[in-house]
Amino acid sequence: MIHSLFLINCSGDIFLEKHWKSVVSQSVCDYFFEAQEKAADVENVPPVISTPHHYLISIYRDKLFFVSVIQTEVPPLFVIEFLHRVADTFQDYFGECSEAAIKDNVVIVYELLEEMLDNGFPLATESNILKELIKPPTILRSVVNSITGSSNVGDTLPTGQLSNIPWRRAGVKYTNNEAYFDVVEEIDAIIDKSGSTVFAEIQGVIDACIKLSGMPDLSLSFMNPRLLDDVSFHPCIRFKRWESERVLSFIPPDGNFRLISYRVSSQNLVAIPVYVKHSISFKENSSCGRFDITIGPKQNMGKTIEAITVTVHMPKVVLNMNLTPTQGSYTFDPVTKVLTWDVGKITPQKLPSLKGLVNLQSGAPKPEENPSLNIQFKIQQLAISGLKVNRLDMYGEKYKPFKGVKYVTKAGKFQVRT
Amino acid sequence: MSSNSFAYNEQSGGGEATELGQEATSTISPSGAFGLFSSDMKKNEDLKQMLESNKDSAKLDAMKRIVGMIAKGKNASELFPAVVKNVASKNIEIKKLVYVYLVRYAEEQQDLALLSISTFQRALKDPNQLIRASALRVLSSIRVPIIVPIMMLAIKEASADLSPYVRKNAAHAIQKLYSLDPEQKEMLIEIIEKLLKDKSTLVAGSVVMAFEEVCPDRIDLIHKNYRKLCNLLVDVEEWGQVVIIHMLTRYARTQFVSPWKEGDGLEDNEKDFYDSDEEQKEKADKRKRPYTMDPDHRLLIRNTKPLLQSRNAAVVMAVAQLYWHIAPKSEAGIISKSLVRLLRSNREVQYIVLQNIATMSIQRKGMFEPYLKSFYVRSTDPTMIKILKLEILTNLANEANISTLLREFQTYVKSQDKQFAAATIQTIGRCATSITEVSDTCLNGLVCLLSNRDEIVVAESVVVIKKLLQMQPIQHGEIIKHMAKLLDSITVPVARASILWLIGENCERVPKIAPDVLRKTAKSFTSEDDLVKLQILNLGAKLYLTNSKQTKLLTQYILNLGKYDQNYDIRDRTRFIRQLIVPNEKSGALSKYAKKIFLAQKPAPLLESPFKDRDHFQLGTLSHTLNTKATGYLELSNWPEVAPDPSVRNVEVIELAKEWTPAGKAKKENPDEKFYSESEEEEDSSESSSDSESASGSESGEDEEEDHSGDSGEDSGESGSESEAGKGRAAKHAKARGKGDSKDVDKEKENSKSSESSSGESSSIEESSSDSESESESESESESRTITKVSTPVFVPGKTHVLLHRMSGKGLAAHYFFPRQPCIFGDKMVSVQITLNNTTDQKIENIHVGGKKLPMGMQMHVFNPIESLEPAGSITVSVGIDFCDSTQTASFQLCTKDDCFSVNIQPPVGELLLPVAMSEKDFKKEQGMLSGMNETSTTIIAAPQNFASSVILQKVVNVANVGVVPSGQDNVHRFAAKTVHSGSLMLVTVELKEGSTAQLIINTEKTVIGSVLLRELKPVLSQG
Repeated sequence: MIHSLFLINCSGDIFLEKHWKSVVSQSVCDYFFEAQEKAADVENVPPVISTPHHYLISIYRDKLFFVSVIQTEVPPLFVIEFLHRVADTFQDYFGECSEAAIKDNVVIVYELLEEMLDNGFPLATESNILKELIKPPTILRSVVNSITGSSNVGDTLPTGQLSNIPWRRAGVKYTNNEAYFDVVEEIDAIIDKSGSTVFAEIQGVIDACIKLSGMPDLSLSFMNPRLLDDVSFHPCIRFKRWESERVLSFIPPDGNFRLISYRVSSQNLVAIPVYVKHSISFKENSSCGRFDITIGPKQNMGKTIEAITVTVHMPKVVLNMNLTPTQGSYTFDPVTKVLTWDVGKITPQKLPSLKGLVNLQSGAPKPEENPSLNIQFKIQQLAISGLKVNRLDMYGEKYKPFKGVKYVTKAGKFQVRT
Repeated sequence: MSSNSFAYNEQSGGGEATELGQEATSTISPSGAFGLFSSDMKKNEDLKQMLESNKDSAKLDAMKRIVGMIAKGKNASELFPAVVKNVASKNIEIKKLVYVYLVRYAEEQQDLALLSISTFQRALKDPNQLIRASALRVLSSIRVPIIVPIMMLAIKEASADLSPYVRKNAAHAIQKLYSLDPEQKEMLIEIIEKLLKDKSTLVAGSVVMAFEEVCPDRIDLIHKNYRKLCNLLVDVEEWGQVVIIHMLTRYARTQFVSPWKEGDGLEDNEKDFYDSDEEQKEKADKRKRPYTMDPDHRLLIRNTKPLLQSRNAAVVMAVAQLYWHIAPKSEAGIISKSLVRLLRSNREVQYIVLQNIATMSIQRKGMFEPYLKSFYVRSTDPTMIKILKLEILTNLANEANISTLLREFQTYVKSQDKQFAAATIQTIGRCATSITEVSDTCLNGLVCLLSNRDEIVVAESVVVIKKLLQMQPIQHGEIIKHMAKLLDSITVPVARASILWLIGENCERVPKIAPDVLRKTAKSFTSEDDLVKLQILNLGAKLYLTNSKQTKLLTQYILNLGKYDQNYDIRDRTRFIRQLIVPNEKSGALSKYAKKIFLAQKPAPLLESPFKDRDHFQLGTLSHTLNTKATGYLELSNWPEVAPDPSVRNVEVIELAKEWTPAGKAKKENPDEKFYSESEEEEDSSESSSDSESASGSESGEDEEEDHSGDSGEDSGESGSESEAGKGRAAKHAKARGKGDSKDVDKEKENSKSSESSSGESSSIEESSSDSESESESESESESRTITKVSTPVFVPGKTHVLLHRMSGKGLAAHYFFPRQPCIFGDKMVSVQITLNNTTDQKIENIHVGGKKLPMGMQMHVFNPIESLEPAGSITVSVGIDFCDSTQTASFQLCTKDDCFSVNIQPPVGELLLPVAMSEKDFKKEQGMLSGMNETSTTIIAAPQNFASSVILQKVVNVANVGVVPSGQDNVHRFAAKTVHSGSLMLVTVELKEGSTAQLIINTEKTVIGSVLLRELKPVLSQG
């Protein structure tokens, strides 16, 4: 399936290559560079490129291109999903998936790639198993290794791969047994010029951080499970239980993982927590325009809305912006034409606003369209859909774990058209 | 060179400099670097010395640096001899890195690579399964043709290994060997065939992958494993799932008849353009017969559904394409929700998913219409995503939603992303042609865009308007006039050309403007683009023919300009037009028809989706994404007209019996292993015997033992007590799971272990596997196993019973028989197949099940009403009946349009069972627990020839649906089963005594059924 992998940085250097079958020359990447040049923007490089002898399937993650070389028919999503899994693993091991981190740990990277793929077919992709095979680098371990000459390759053999629960390793031990769940919901919305909602939807995930000894068997139930319209599960969840009782029953992997992601049924009306008043105008035949936006709370369930940021991609003719915020700070990058306004919290008494003048390139025609505003915000202690965890039970182990659930609502792809 | 100090230097920063030197060399061809850069040489010299040192740490450092070189694509091949020496290193990390090196360079240094082979051969015999596996991995990755026989031998051996992990690696190795030497195909297919029978979820994905690569056309190998693969699917790892689902999709298209009824999808534009009309008619005839889905077809569709919930986008897509290609159209709707969910993922996933949705939405709008708004475009989407979304929105547009969509499109047209804005205009054009109600609105909107500031937008609008006007030859004089004015300002060649063409076509409608336009363009002719020049020539010619008085001179001027143009196309065209329109003595007959030629009615262009023709590729494939056939693409066949024999998927007794022989024996029995030399065979057998020794608890064999039991379900047992305890707990926790299912195992029972293949053939996989997961917690504590596995029936008797005689049924006859398959309608039901025959000479209509008279607790799942049955026609339907483990009669009414007949089904006790696979050891253990009250026995007297093993086996399985337990003694035959409803174990023992007597013993909790079974078995066994 996957023949070779090349890692390429933003400036077009191939800084790592790995072959699972016979060696494919680096020159195959020229086709990729060609496509990249044509696309102008990194985001627009087509993920699947056909070359005379090979097919290139690539992903773009954290300013790096992962380019895989394929020789025969394969479901493209298979490769894409796998490449993302590789990037996730790097992230997990090195804390970041960057060129520097990969170069610093090139041996571990190689060992990982060796374990993850055999003859181009995925072998071990579960982080719990990989961590048993190859220990992640820590400062302490690298110091110890350099003194004792020991290595970061596990000398015991992973049990997970051979057991029925490939996602959990055996013999987990903690002094403090804890299980935390983060219910994170994101509102995707498009708000049109007049402030009415064109499209809104809630997407949620439950991320878990489980540090429990032994082989705990957990079941998590909700007050209102019917809210969850479409759910995708971590493989550990027993599907039948969910089907029949709407209870999440599972033996968790050790550590951090995404338990489920879900979409709240579209029938429910989505509460939009903020509104934006805006007036952006460019004068005909003059080199300036006016810019004025104000943000206010709406349907926020009595919670404060925090960490608001507004990002605007201004039209190309904008040279500079002279604005005054009543709150927070703003930056405008004249190269990328991106305006970022870091607002902070909303206090209902005094609504934050950003006003001022826009300098346009003189002589150029005024922009057709006003730019859309992308808004980020966060509301703690609230799941906007109203989803509530009812209880968490543990079977199979005798100790009493410490349990916690946290709710957060965020803006997802939240866009206001002006 | 004093190596040590230098080595030290190297490590502490000195390496930096030499590395730079290397960087420079790497751009030159590796061999060219030889000798030119001394620092390079020195460095490698130094690495060599480190590799030869005694210290592991030095070796490790050297290896790490070498791997770093490989990673950067630098040549490190000259270190081969030094590295290969370390292949037998004790240090596991050094060993691993040497493997990495070896796999990379062995191809280049074949002779030296052979030095390492013996190490791997030794490792292949290691007691540790992971070492065996990794040795096989590396051995098979070394692409050296000389070792093909060694690889073949290793693969063969590994495919019979006790550890499923090693077998998985063997499956991978098959593909590697095949690509190295395709000559070995036949032999590899044999191994694939063997591995396909493997029951481990670990192996399934890999072996199917090997199958797809080596022999995708050998669909016959799948038959026997089809049901097993369907049942295992949920427990296979995600990557394997994708491969298996794709393979099964292809399989289903060859083995089942089409579930798509004629007229099923009104909006289904799909036509089989391969078929001639006659064939279609034939098809239609056939489809008139009521369609019943093959239970195996249904099994696949049902078992893949939960995977739509997978977190892996590739799995979701695979299931989606399966539903699209093989499920009834009414059921395919469920995939849309999951596909829309994937749109939240990263851009690459979005790209592929949107492409597939685009193809689907052309054929079946209804599927994605409820999710219309999910395809609305955001300004932050990458352009390629925007354009795909737009494509889908266009496909989904209809009378009801077009006004909303047009409003949305208005926003898009203004987008700063001009490529996207242009695409939107095209889209509006397409909507205008497909939905006639809005074509005027669209046209007006597009005309407004003509005054847009952006040239690309205007140009695109012109092109689209041109197409629209061409399609509607109504008077649009105003628009044409407007466009003529635009010629002054617009510079994009395509747009100018379009306007000129439009004016030329309609020159009689705008008699005043057209000549003026010609005048203007004649002036600018020399500076125009070639595209525009050609259209100016065309315009001139058309005007010359319609209005020669005004334009004769102008046209001749243009023709003169064209004659000396630099472009030969234009010179050619000029010459051609001149000959055609200007009358002179040489002009032939054609010039008479010049007007007809130039001003013929031209067919309007079709505005079509670029995804229109993509549906002949299987969805989700690379070929679909690229819209060309990729290398190795496997065509999806059309549905067969008549389904091939479904019985090929039934699993037979002989095979099972073979599989059940203990692994050690099986190895020796294997007849086709001609590769084994004398000595190896010896080693082999000694290994297997040591394996069985270690099974009794020796340290070294712990893994071994575990796999052994996990491998073939022979060790499972104990479930009698298990299920009791399970039920108790179920009651305690008031949990629905398991519902009296014997597979429901007990959590408190911590000394139990689970196997990776525990869910084997069971009918409710999620349950059994998830439950067994819960107890694998204490793997080291004991060796007992507790999973009862339902195996496939050993034998399916063809005996049918009369349900309704044709005399009493007024010509409708019905027979039933027990197919001994797990019932698809429910875990506790017995599946019954009813064959209905029409013996009258008239159609019998609306056959259905009327009133049911069932005893308490009994349930019945009826078949769907049959619309009509042709004279002399017959049809087989399945029903499921939960007999509650009793032989009570299920009475119901079989009704036709006019009559109702009361019928009964009384199950023979043997059909209330499902066969169970277990080992002799477990059998004895279970039997021990079911003694006393739970045991019934009797003595049989019969002639000795009736006590031959095969005779007994045949007789027993004929009466009862039981599984054979492999037996170590010749005079004892054991059979195991469980009751369908409650899952209680039913253990049958036939013990041959001296003389012509035998003891028949039945152990079960369900004493009633036990004694009934005893009564039925006794006469059968004693008969001659």
